[in-house]
Order: sequence, then structure tokens, then C-alpha cells
Amino acid sequence: MALSAATPASPTTSTTTAPDATSPASFGNAVALSCRECGERFPLGPIFACTSCFGPLEVAYDYPAGAITRESIAAGPNSIWRYAALLPVPAGVAERPNLNPGFTRLVHARNLARELGMRALHVKDDSGNPTHSFKDRVVAIALEAARTFGMNTLSCSSTGNLAGAVGAAAARAGLRSCVFIPSDLEAGKQVMAAVYGGDLVGIDGTYDDVNRFCSELIGDPIGQDWGFVNVNLRPYYGEGSKTLAYEICEQLGWRIPEQIVIPIASGSQLTKIDKGLAELVKLGLVEDRPYRIFGAQATGCSPVSAAFKAGHDVVRPVRPDTIAKSLAIGNPADGPYVLDICRRTGGAVEDVSDAEVVDSIKLLARTEGIFAETAGGVTVGVLRKLLASGALDPEAETVVLNTGDGLKTLDAVAGTGPSAVIKPTLDAFRAAGLA
Amino acid sequence: MSVSVRIPTILRTYTKDQAEVSVEGGTLQEVIDALEADYPGIRARILDDAGKLRRFVNVYVNDDDVRFADGLATATPDGAGVSIIPAVAGGC
Repeated sequence: MALSAATPASPTTSTTTAPDATSPASFGNAVALSCRECGERFPLGPIFACTSCFGPLEVAYDYPAGAITRESIAAGPNSIWRYAALLPVPAGVAERPNLNPGFTRLVHARNLARELGMRALHVKDDSGNPTHSFKDRVVAIALEAARTFGMNTLSCSSTGNLAGAVGAAAARAGLRSCVFIPSDLEAGKQVMAAVYGGDLVGIDGTYDDVNRFCSELIGDPIGQDWGFVNVNLRPYYGEGSKTLAYEICEQLGWRIPEQIVIPIASGSQLTKIDKGLAELVKLGLVEDRPYRIFGAQATGCSPVSAAFKAGHDVVRPVRPDTIAKSLAIGNPADGPYVLDICRRTGGAVEDVSDAEVVDSIKLLARTEGIFAETAGGVTVGVLRKLLASGALDPEAETVVLNTGDGLKTLDAVAGTGPSAVIKPTLDAFRAAGLA
Repeated sequence: MSVSVRIPTILRTYTKDQAEVSVEGGTLQEVIDALEADYPGIRARILDDAGKLRRFVNVYVNDDDVRFADGLATATPDGAGVSIIPAVAGGC
């Protein structure tokens, strides 16, 4: 099979012609949707839950043997589309109008590693995506599915980052967008979502209330032709997170790191990174070796961490109360799978207080020049906590994820300001004790 | 106690494409039993073999998640609204 991903993107060539949803080529090597609970299979379509058991559906593939190589991937564009052959997208996807997210930097965090007493630490910094969070990855895949299904509106329930990513992707693709957020979201994230010109609707309630509303809207005639990226397009959307696994391994020289620390909201990202690593092993692109996955939550919304520590297989929902609003999902859909993966790989799930989140944001900024949003503070905070408890091996090669830009959550570090305010004189500067 | 039940798309094959149906019942368990009587087969989609709510289904009575209330024993007052929603949506 010819790999469409090997064709570099050209900014001068684009098309808005929708692929034919009935053509298998519309989804590349994807062949079906499969229930994660009971294994029942369904044709590729805008569905997200199993009709037998309500279990979540995910994309299943039939990869052509030997056609996907390190060389074919490296010949692709510097975006997630270099992995198009591993995603449910049509041929030529890189030439269609989209945000071309991905291939963000993997920072060798020597200063932070030294401060924490670690041998080899990397930060996968997804703040460099077009709307400054990892959400551009997942939306890009969902957008292609929406186009294929002929949907006229791109929508989502969001804690902020996704709202911006959907608004921007829809604007670029020439689609209408209408996104729903909790009305008490940080002002900066509301601006970043609204500026792209789509409709932004604040809901008087928590994220879980917003999510429930969107789930009901798709069953109403109003939402008939709408693509909710994280509801009826969720199986495709989730696949975008696999690209984090692909990039980390490729940027490490086609090697799986020994430890990865990943923030948890619904848990989808963590499960898809695990899926991505397994795919690379299956395709022979990386050596099969043990790795440990660790999940990170804020204590104010830590249902998965609580279940892990209690030894439970089910996750009891909570009502969120944390500054880490992008992780404030009290009813995490993929929570049980996160527990399975962290236990299977020998990892753990831990949580940190809001004060530790703020302290960790400042630590990462001070040591590596990376300004993380609160979710990044959660992840670095959990890294520190797990090192202190001995759960993380300081000698093992470790990757920690920063999923968004600190400019989105400035309130978290409010009060951080000048070392001194002085008159413009040398004497005043000396008097301030900074000379 | 007459309650209104909102049916998710994936269960509408049982309700002949009706998005909302009315049944009698003073608790969620009774409501589900009444649904089964009117629309055979639907209970097994909502409850597992042990008779508990399936892991990936959310049920709300008047906007309150029954897991924060009394589960299947949650009261369903006359005129209440019950929503059955797949639990697999959400963010990262």
C-alpha cells in the first residue's frame, strides 16, 4: 500500500471536497469500531457506545504488513500526518485545510532532572500546538471524521482547551462551530475559544453537566448533523492521542521510554498512549520492552487516584473542586481502563494539591523555561511526589507530559510579579539588593 | 407515579424510535422494570447480569446522578424526568 502520510503537506494545495463515507479508503487502514467491553464490532460510523453493553467503541485497524516503516514515517510532514497510516483518516489528509498539529518538541529537561535527582528526564511539550494544547491532535482526527460523515457543525463539551481547538479547526475548515463550556471557566480560555468566531455557550453547571447536555443533544433533531468531537466522534477523536506515543518514541530515536507520567481527566489520553505504544511494537517500529505508565490528577478531582489507592476496579464519581479545571472531570469515562493499564505496567496513579500544582508550574518554568498550564503543574507535581515515595525510579528514562500553555491559566500563578519596583536610578537598584 | 424517561439513541430500537416514553414507578428499579414490561429487552441493556447498573451507563433522576443518590433505589416522584445516557463521552 502506498503511504499517503509520506507526502509532505503543501500550503498551496487544499481541497474541501468531502471523502465518500461509504468508501473504506475514507478511514485509511481503519476497518471497524470495536467495543472495549464485549468486543462486538460495528461498521465505521458516527457512533460511540456499544448497543449491547454501553461500552466505549474504539477504532480497529488492519495494517498492511511491512508497508509502515520508520523511513516512510520520517518522509512525512512535521505534523501528526506523518503517522496518517496509523490513523482513521483518508489518503491525502495532509493536503486538506486543517491546523496540522503535532510534532511538538521533546525537551531534554536536564535542569529539572538535576533538581529532582533524576538521570534522564524529558518533557513532551504540547503547548506548541496551534491552539497551545494537545487538543489540536484529537480534534484534527475528529474533524476528518466529521467531513467524511458530511456533518455541518463541529461541536464539543469542553473544559476550555478543547473549545479553542474545535473553534480554530472549524474556522480553518470552513465549518460552523458551536461549543459548550461550564460558565465559570477561566476568562482566558473563554476568550481563546470565542475568538475564532464560532458560537460559545456557557452552561450553568460543572463539566459533567455540560457533557451530559451534549450527550442528550446528539439524540435530538437539533444535533442531527453535528459532530461532537468528544461524543459521537469520540472513537476517532481519541485516536489523535496515539500520536503522542508515536512522537515520543520517534524523538527518542525509536525507543519506548521506561516511564511516562500522563495527566488524567477522562483518562482517554493515557489509554491511547498505551495503545499507540503497543501498535509500534506490533509493527516492529520499536523494540518490545517493559514500560511503566503513571497517571496524574489534582486532589480536588482525583477519582481515579482514589480508586487506585483503594485497590478498586471501578471509579466512583466525584464533584470537582480544583484549580486544574482542564482535568476537572468528576466522572472519568476511561477511568477503569486507566486503572488496568497503570497496574498492568507496574505504574501508579497519584494526586497533588492545588498548592503543589502552583509550586510545580513555577518549578518547571524556573528550571526549563516551560510555562505549563495547571494540568502540566499537576503532572510535574505527581512526578515529584512519586519520586519522593519511591514509586518512580530516578534512574529510569522518564517522559512527563505538558499538555497546555500556562498563558491559558494565568490566574493560577497570580501574584507572581516583579522582584522589586524601583525608581530608574542605580542607587535605587543597589538599594533593592538585586545588584 | 408517572415518570418521563428519555431514551438514548442506541436504545431507541426498543422504543420504536421514541426519544421519550412515560412509565409508572416509584423508584428507578420500578421504572426500569416498567420499561422492560413495555419494551422487552431494554432492561438487559441498562443492567448487567447481576442486576446492577452497567459500568458505562449514567442515569439521572431530575438532573441528579443516581450514583450520588440511592442508585436503583432512588425515588422517582410523580412527574420526574429520568435520563439514560452512555457514559463514554468526555475530555482527555
